[in-house]
Amino acid sequence: MTLEVDDLRVYYRTLKGDVQALDGVSFPLRDGEILGLAGESGCGKTTLGKALIRLDGRMKHVGGSVTLDGQVLPIGDDAKMNPYRFKHVSLIPQYSMSAMNPTRKIGRMVRELLESRREKLDLDELHNRLDLVELPKDVLGKYPIELSGGMKQRMVMVISTLLNPSLLIADEITSALDVSTQKAVVTTLKGFRDRGFVKSMIFITHDISLTNQLADTIMVMYAGKLAEKAPASTVVNAPKHPYTQLLISSLPEVGVRYADKRLTGIPGNPPSLLKPEPGCRFRDRCPLAFEKCAEDPPPVEVEKDHVVACWKAA
Amino acid sequence: MLKLDGVTKVYRIGAFGGQTMTAVDDAGFEIKPGEVVSLIGESGSGKSTIGKMVLRLLPPTSGTISIDGRDVRGIGRRDYYRKVQGVFQDPFSSYNPVFKADRVFAMIREVYFRGVPDKEWTAKIEAALDAVRLSPAAVLNKFPHQLSGGQLQRLLIARALLLDIEYLVADEIISMLDASTRIDVLNLLADLKQRGLGVLFITHDLALGNYISERTVVLHKGRIVEYGPTDAVFEQPEHAYTKKLLASVPQLHTKWEDAS
Repeated sequence: MTLEVDDLRVYYRTLKGDVQALDGVSFPLRDGEILGLAGESGCGKTTLGKALIRLDGRMKHVGGSVTLDGQVLPIGDDAKMNPYRFKHVSLIPQYSMSAMNPTRKIGRMVRELLESRREKLDLDELHNRLDLVELPKDVLGKYPIELSGGMKQRMVMVISTLLNPSLLIADEITSALDVSTQKAVVTTLKGFRDRGFVKSMIFITHDISLTNQLADTIMVMYAGKLAEKAPASTVVNAPKHPYTQLLISSLPEVGVRYADKRLTGIPGNPPSLLKPEPGCRFRDRCPLAFEKCAEDPPPVEVEKDHVVACWKAA
Repeated sequence: MLKLDGVTKVYRIGAFGGQTMTAVDDAGFEIKPGEVVSLIGESGSGKSTIGKMVLRLLPPTSGTISIDGRDVRGIGRRDYYRKVQGVFQDPFSSYNPVFKADRVFAMIREVYFRGVPDKEWTAKIEAALDAVRLSPAAVLNKFPHQLSGGQLQRLLIARALLLDIEYLVADEIISMLDASTRIDVLNLLADLKQRGLGVLFITHDLALGNYISERTVVLHKGRIVEYGPTDAVFEQPEHAYTKKLLASVPQLHTKWEDAS
C-alpha cells in the first residue's frame, strides 16, 4: 500500500469562517495504482491534491492523517514536509506552462533543483527520459520561452518524476490541451507508471471520459466528500451513487445527437461549504432523496473495492 | 444566410510587424437560419479568428462575409449587431464585477430601445429570460459573483435574444462550465434553432459539436479540411487530420487501446 488517507479534513480560512472544502475523506492507494479523482469545480479535488504535497497559507489541516509508504506525512507542517517533496511526493501542476524559471536555461535549472535536494544529476538517465517523451536533448540548452506549450508540459513531467517519487499528483494537467496532445500526455503518464518511475498516481480532472482512459480506480467527489469510489469500468458502466449516475448520463459522447437522444444536466447548484448543514450534501439536487438523507451517509463498501456514500445504495 | 467566401486573415507579428502569419486561409462556408454549424479545431487553428471576423471585431485581410447576399461592410455596425451577436468563453470576465449583472440588459436598452416604456421593457426581459430558462427573481438585481457560470452564460444569451438576432456566434461558451450544467446550456442552444436562429458553435470538443450541430467545419492550421453534414464528417471522415482528431477523443465506454 503506497498511500493511506484516513478521515482527512482540510478547511480554508476566510473572514466569514471556515470553508469545509475537504471534509473527512478516506481512501487507500495500492502500489502501481492510478487513481482518477473526478468532480465538479469546488468539490475538493484540488484541495485533496494540494493537501498531500503543500498546504497554502489559507488552508488548515483540521484532522485526519496521511501515511505514505508506512510513514505518516506531516502535512500540516510546511518545513517538515520539505524532505518528502519531489523525492517521495511530486506534483505536475496545472500551470505547467509557467512552472519553469524563465531566467535559467532548462539544463541549469534542473541541475540547481537537484542540488537543492542534495541529489546528483544523472545525465544519461535524464537523456533517456527526454527520449521517452520525444524531446530532443538540446532542450536542456534552451530557455523555457523557446519551447511550445506541449513541450513545456512534457519537460515538467520529466522533471517532476526525475527522482522516482512514490506518489505523483497530476492536477488538471490536460485541461488546457488539445485532444491529440491530451492523448499523448495520458499515454506518457501511463508509461511512467509501467516503467516504475512513479509507484502510484493521483490524476485529478473534471473529465471522466479522459480519466477512464488512464485510471485503474475512479473516485468521484461531491462538495468536499467522497461520493463513490470503484474500479474505473464500474464507475462508468454501473455507478451506484445518484450523483455519479446523473453525471455520467449528462456527458455527450461522439455519436450521441441532440436530435436522437436529449441529455439532461443536474438541476441546482452545489451547497455552500461555509456552514454546510449536516446530512448528505447532494440531497437538494437528488431525485431519490428521502428523510434519512438528513443524516450523513457513511461510505460503505457495497462490493469489493466499490465504496458508495449513499443511503439508497447501501 | 450568413456566408463566408474566401475569407483570409493575415496577422502581422514580431517586432514592428515584420513577419506575417496566416491565421485563416481561404475559408468559405455558410450558416442558414435555424441551423447550428460547429467549427471544430485545435488551439491556433484560427477558429476564434473566424468568430471575431463574423462579429466584425477584426477585419478580414481578404474575402467577404455577407448576410442575405449583402456584404457586411456595407451595413452600419448598429444595424449589424441587431442581427448578429456573440457569447464568449469566460462568463466571469464578460461582466464588470462592480455593476450588477443585469446591467448588460440596460446597456442594450440605452442603445437600441430608448423609446420603449418600462412596462414593455420588463415584459421583454422576462420573455428573454424565459427563453433561456432562468427565473427573473433568481438572476435580476444580482452581482456577477452571486450567480453561477451557467446562469451568467445564459444571461448573455438572453441579452442577445433581446435584439431579435438572426445569428449567434458561440465561442467555446461551455468550456468553462461544469459537466452537470454544460449540457443545459447546450440544449438551450439547440432549442433556439426552433426560433430560426443560426448558430456558429465554435469548439475544440468534438463530442459537443457532434451533439448539437447540423453541419460541421473542421479547421486545421487556418484551412478548412472538412466541411459537410455532421453525420458524414463524424462517420466517414475523409481527411487524415479529422481521422486523427476523432481517434484521440476520449470515449466513455471504449478505451483507446481497444479501439486501435
